[in-house]
Amino acid sequence: MRRKATIATRFDLRFVWFHERLFRLKELKADMRKYSVFAVAREAMRSHKGWEPQWVSPEPRSSYDVIIIGGGGHGLGAAYYLAKEHGITNVAVIEKGWLGGGNTGRNTTIIRSNYLYEESMDIYEHSLKLWEGLSQDLNYNVMYSPRGVMMLSHNTHDMQSFKRHINANRLYGIDNEWLTPEEAKKFCPPLDISKTARYPINGAALQKRGGTARHDAVAWGYARAASDRGVHIIQNCEVTGIRRGPGGEVTGVETNRGFIGARKIGVSAAGHSSVVMQMADVRVPLTSNPLQALVSEPLKPIFPCVVMSNTVHAYISQSDKGELVIGAGTDQYHSYSQTGGLQIITHTLDAICELFPIFRRVKMMRQWGGITDNTPDRSAIQSVTPVPNLFVNCGWGTGGFKATPGSANLFAWLIAKGEPHRLAQGLTLDRFRTGRLIDEAAAAAVAH
Amino acid sequence: MLLIHCPYCGESRSELEFRWAGEAHIARPENIAEISDEAFAEYFFIRDNTKGIAWERWRHIHGCGRFFNTIRDTVSDKFLLSYKAGLARQPVPGASEPVEGDAA
Repeated sequence: MRRKATIATRFDLRFVWFHERLFRLKELKADMRKYSVFAVAREAMRSHKGWEPQWVSPEPRSSYDVIIIGGGGHGLGAAYYLAKEHGITNVAVIEKGWLGGGNTGRNTTIIRSNYLYEESMDIYEHSLKLWEGLSQDLNYNVMYSPRGVMMLSHNTHDMQSFKRHINANRLYGIDNEWLTPEEAKKFCPPLDISKTARYPINGAALQKRGGTARHDAVAWGYARAASDRGVHIIQNCEVTGIRRGPGGEVTGVETNRGFIGARKIGVSAAGHSSVVMQMADVRVPLTSNPLQALVSEPLKPIFPCVVMSNTVHAYISQSDKGELVIGAGTDQYHSYSQTGGLQIITHTLDAICELFPIFRRVKMMRQWGGITDNTPDRSAIQSVTPVPNLFVNCGWGTGGFKATPGSANLFAWLIAKGEPHRLAQGLTLDRFRTGRLIDEAAAAAVAH
Repeated sequence: MLLIHCPYCGESRSELEFRWAGEAHIARPENIAEISDEAFAEYFFIRDNTKGIAWERWRHIHGCGRFFNTIRDTVSDKFLLSYKAGLARQPVPGASEPVEGDAA
């Protein structure tokens, strides 16, 4: 009798398990509806009741082939490309907060690829090419807008430096051109090019394919497309430790929702990269600094492009909502506070008001800070680590948004193959031992 | 904006007078020409980047011009102590035991 009861209980449990699996399968299979004009029309006919969640949020499995730590654009994108290009779909993205709530949702959305060194041009141009087709690829409007990025030159040094960049870019097949002050004014009418200006302009470099995109949509678009390919997206799940096997290799992560096993781990944790890497006893050459940005009250369309000035340190564009989006510089000290000093912002606004006198009476609406992970040479790290099966994508510092698709794409390659893609070979951790730095810090002056 | 105490001037002044100078108590190896590339990278590039209590250097560049050390919480940005350069790593005020990792 007893034996029978045990079997019956076991059967019941199996039955429950089977139903649970079936239910989960159904949940996961919730076929992603393609977004199109027809879908909008169809939903308009039935009071928009048919829209489904963009990604599913399942309970974590006990283990995965790959765990990505960090649910920003880079991490979600890497999961998407792992599934799409490398056939690895047993993947989880683990995010301690909400998707895109870190630097992905805090940046000023500038996209360009006019860097000086080949290692940088390789990855940023790869990224720019992916930006150009990203909305179609993801079936999600990331609002990539190639409205042109103009970098102002204020003195002889700027002019020489920018022309060097332009020549380097054009020799490498990347568009970048020199504008006279008059041509710059024609391209961006609000610009003050008078000789008596506080910061007179003697020319500008223009990358026409550069521009902006909608940052939230990038995170959401990648999440939706990755989820559709079976990737698990797990939010509100903080990694508290990285567990290692007898050979030192990673075996999984400790989280506030328990242990989750993993054959490989990719760390894509931006400002918290040092903290996460230390869980695996790896020290990285990073300093986390506050970086602030702010937006104005919404205005009618007035500003046609992105303008950056390294010398007076300001960059500005207008979002599709109409807000002027303005980026400040990093604070000098290392901090995880996600706030910065007010003097940094006022310094930037001083410069903006001098360059664009018409904005002097515009009110600023919101201001915020993020944590940027900066390397000594201001170039990113995408690398294998001394710990087997642990990979890191960090050090994007103040310029990670523009790199999102390219970085994610090449990070997926690194995780899948265990060695860097040709275009990311220079970004290894090893360069700090060999001394083969990619010194964009010197090449880009301030803004990045 | 931070309010920073200079142990030489004996005054708390605005951050505008100071320049951040990185993590404190990193000693330059005396045999720098002989150490391995790994050891040099460790000394020159690798940093703790601590989230929490951090020991760091500041320079009162628009004041007395001198370097000094501080203890600061990098989550709240609150300064806990300023002390003169050359002193050993100071304990965290109010902490009964030395903070973990406080070896050097």
